[in-house]
Amino acid sequence: MPDIAMHLLDIVYNSIRALAKMITIRIHDSEKENMIEIIVEDDGCGMDEETIQHVMDPFFTTRTTRKVGLGVPLFKEGVLATGGTFDISSTVGKGTMIKACYIKNHWDTPPLGDLAETLATLVQANDQIDYLFTYTSDTHQFCLDTKEIKAILDGVKINEPEIILWLKDYIKEGLSQ
Amino acid sequence: MKSLKDLEKMREQAKKKMAMRSDDENQYRVVVGMATCGIAAGARPVLNKLVEEVAQHHLPVTVTQTGCIGMCTLEPIVEVFDKEGNKTTYVLMDAEKAAEVVTRHLIEGQVVTEYTVGKYKQ
Repeated sequence: MPDIAMHLLDIVYNSIRALAKMITIRIHDSEKENMIEIIVEDDGCGMDEETIQHVMDPFFTTRTTRKVGLGVPLFKEGVLATGGTFDISSTVGKGTMIKACYIKNHWDTPPLGDLAETLATLVQANDQIDYLFTYTSDTHQFCLDTKEIKAILDGVKINEPEIILWLKDYIKEGLSQ
Repeated sequence: MKSLKDLEKMREQAKKKMAMRSDDENQYRVVVGMATCGIAAGARPVLNKLVEEVAQHHLPVTVTQTGCIGMCTLEPIVEVFDKEGNKTTYVLMDAEKAAEVVTRHLIEGQVVTEYTVGKYKQ
């Protein structure tokens, strides 16, 4: 994966597969604190202790099509290579939280990548799931709440192609302020 | 500068469009593999290009996402289903090829044989 936005997309699909209805994504990108922190929290089916231990293992997957699952291990390796931290906490029936913290000025820390495209892609995947996305840096912040957007849309699907295009530009503008 | 107000206008346009196309069903369903293998190979820009083209040309096409299609070395993979359920599998896609598939297959109705899986696996 060339950048953080790609990893984010990949691990949020785990939340979708865990049948989450509400997914919170928080990104804190700070030069002052020398960190890029990514937190994904969902209300999906959750995992027991044993499964949590397993998901870090590349030879574990819940999928039956083949025997490897590289999403979480790839993300974790990348974060740890920068001297950062990676944690998963989960409760069966309640949901899962993944917290990854890169050391911002480390050689191996990938660029953030196209967060707007990642979010637009996630919203496109399923109009029944809600996202609360917040981005904070030392100088500004941006917040996107799909519940608020759906209220305005009044029954028009949030993943209509025209709306997705608009959303992507809206997020792009919000992040580049 | 975009604001949430723009959405109100888009909502009205979308509602009009929905009323107009109610009995005119979708011609094609396009599915993009978005598992770890697909994402790492560049499926996200492919999906976004498809969504963009469908929006810009107002095509009667649904674009959806799925997990691993099973041929990870040939990702990004795009499957096109027509109304009769016939499937065309495009492999090793990128945004440019995706735009070409939109023009030649989804608009003009011709399979783009040079990008299909049959070219790579017999």
